[in-house]
Amino acid sequence: MKIKGKTWKFGNNVDTDAIIPARYLNTTSAEELAAHCMEDTDPEFASRVGPGDIIAAGKNFGCGSSREHAPIAIKAAGVSCVVAHSFARIFYRNAFNMGLPILECPEGADRIQTGDELEIDLDSGVIENRTRKETYQAQAIPPFMQKLIEAGGLMEYVREQMSGQE
Amino acid sequence: MPKTISEKILADHSGKPEVFPEELVEVRIDFALGNDITAPLAIEAFRRAGAKKVFDRERISLVPDHFVPNKDIASAIQARMLSDFAKEFDLPYYFEVGRMGVEHALLPEQGLVLPGDVVVGADSHTCTYGALGAFSTGVGSTDLAAAMITGRIWFKVPPSMKFIFRGKLKPWVGGKDLILYTIGQIGVDGARYRAMEFVGELIDSLPMADRFSMCNMAIEAGAKVGIITPDSITEQYVRARAKRPYKFYRSDPDAAYEAVYEWDVSGLEPVVALPHSPQNVKQVTEIPPTPIDQVVIGSCTNGRLEDLRLAAQVMKGRKVARGVRCMVIPATQRVYLEAMEEGLLEIFIEAEAAVSTPTCGPCLGGHMGILAPGESAVATTNRNFVGRMGHVESKVYLGNPAVAAASAILGRIAHPEEVLS
Repeated sequence: MKIKGKTWKFGNNVDTDAIIPARYLNTTSAEELAAHCMEDTDPEFASRVGPGDIIAAGKNFGCGSSREHAPIAIKAAGVSCVVAHSFARIFYRNAFNMGLPILECPEGADRIQTGDELEIDLDSGVIENRTRKETYQAQAIPPFMQKLIEAGGLMEYVREQMSGQE
Repeated sequence: MPKTISEKILADHSGKPEVFPEELVEVRIDFALGNDITAPLAIEAFRRAGAKKVFDRERISLVPDHFVPNKDIASAIQARMLSDFAKEFDLPYYFEVGRMGVEHALLPEQGLVLPGDVVVGADSHTCTYGALGAFSTGVGSTDLAAAMITGRIWFKVPPSMKFIFRGKLKPWVGGKDLILYTIGQIGVDGARYRAMEFVGELIDSLPMADRFSMCNMAIEAGAKVGIITPDSITEQYVRARAKRPYKFYRSDPDAAYEAVYEWDVSGLEPVVALPHSPQNVKQVTEIPPTPIDQVVIGSCTNGRLEDLRLAAQVMKGRKVARGVRCMVIPATQRVYLEAMEEGLLEIFIEAEAAVSTPTCGPCLGGHMGILAPGESAVATTNRNFVGRMGHVESKVYLGNPAVAAASAILGRIAHPEEVLS
């Protein structure tokens, strides 16, 4: 699967309160959450991000709370992929469970800047930066996570298992 | 092969003789929990999966604690989803307002999470129960839904890091200071994906309340779990409460650790994490005079009876400074009652602090103490990210209950001895 898009760059330790502030967690509506995505860091992000755009960030992206509202907000805002130097562990799981592709790529995360046009091959983990004419190799998605993606997410994976038991 | 406590618990729950760091394992869980923010998404996912029953009604707890007592209509609708679900599946451990508490104070207090358990909770501070010698970690709502259906979850076995604490603590220094100090040393991603094991003579004599505070904030260093070897102090805490059998695990002396840190903390003064990261840690004595507008004493980190006793010791016979709002929030109904019986609530109220029913409220900027632009708070909570307790231009300083109480009295960040001398 290939993804193309324009990049929004953020720094290190982007926490879940930055991705979606807790004051908006009284809803599970993806659209409402998306409207406040990254609000306290960049109040204009939610209105300016375009469908298919990509987030690039530094170390420990998604640290803090376990709120699944974070990947939900990012995905519903139209973001197609997050490329980071590294991810916080709960966010990492949640993103896959929500079907939001994310890639760990220290080199790319350092080089990519806001506005860069990227083309990402999720199968190989190769990231092509068309603006800078550079290529980066992201860490391949672990086989177990690929199984979840193939099933269409964790709930679908569980449903398959349940139907196998009956 | 010699193993750590985390590896032993995961091996026993996966049916394997041993497990290795980085290995993916599917494990049986002993307990699962969700709150009024995370459980609604889990319940939606549960329905989407077409599930008709939960794996074990006595091993699931739903605790409305974040936005309750319901702060607005939207929150009321979310809390209602929990009570409806609990009724439908006849869950005995749904805790309504009036019976509830902040989840990570409540479940250990009720003997529902126990040594040797594997626990998953849709809340990042689920790592608190590592203080009991459990492998306990935060997950997202969808993971919680899958766990509620199947009673199982997959994990990558975390490499373990050992933190050895030596020396004797100075007065007014406790578990909160030790964990903040640790995060200050290794950073907010210093233990990312790792199991943090806290050991040493100092931990061996540390009371349960301090152990809970330490393991609670392991997530603030990025860890999957924070864990302490259960001992006689654990046994004393658990024995009278346990709702089912439990098991003590301990690491082999020659188990492999990815990293070992050893600190003598005898000289450590109480510490504070400055805005806007739990790793910006300074000793109180090093901080220039910093005026504050609000103090919050409570939360899953420091809302236990022992925490309130410390705060009361500092506040007794004194008044909260003019221009400061001080909120004291006992973490559970039992803590509230015991604090009342001991006379602590009287001390707080006479000091002109506000005492509230249990809630996570202000910790995450939910309700019961939101900050205005430009305001600063000292809080015994666990996060001081931008906008965490209110406006994006407000600030949160994290500290222990005695430091928070002293700061309330003096109207600026203060060492408890400045008040008591």
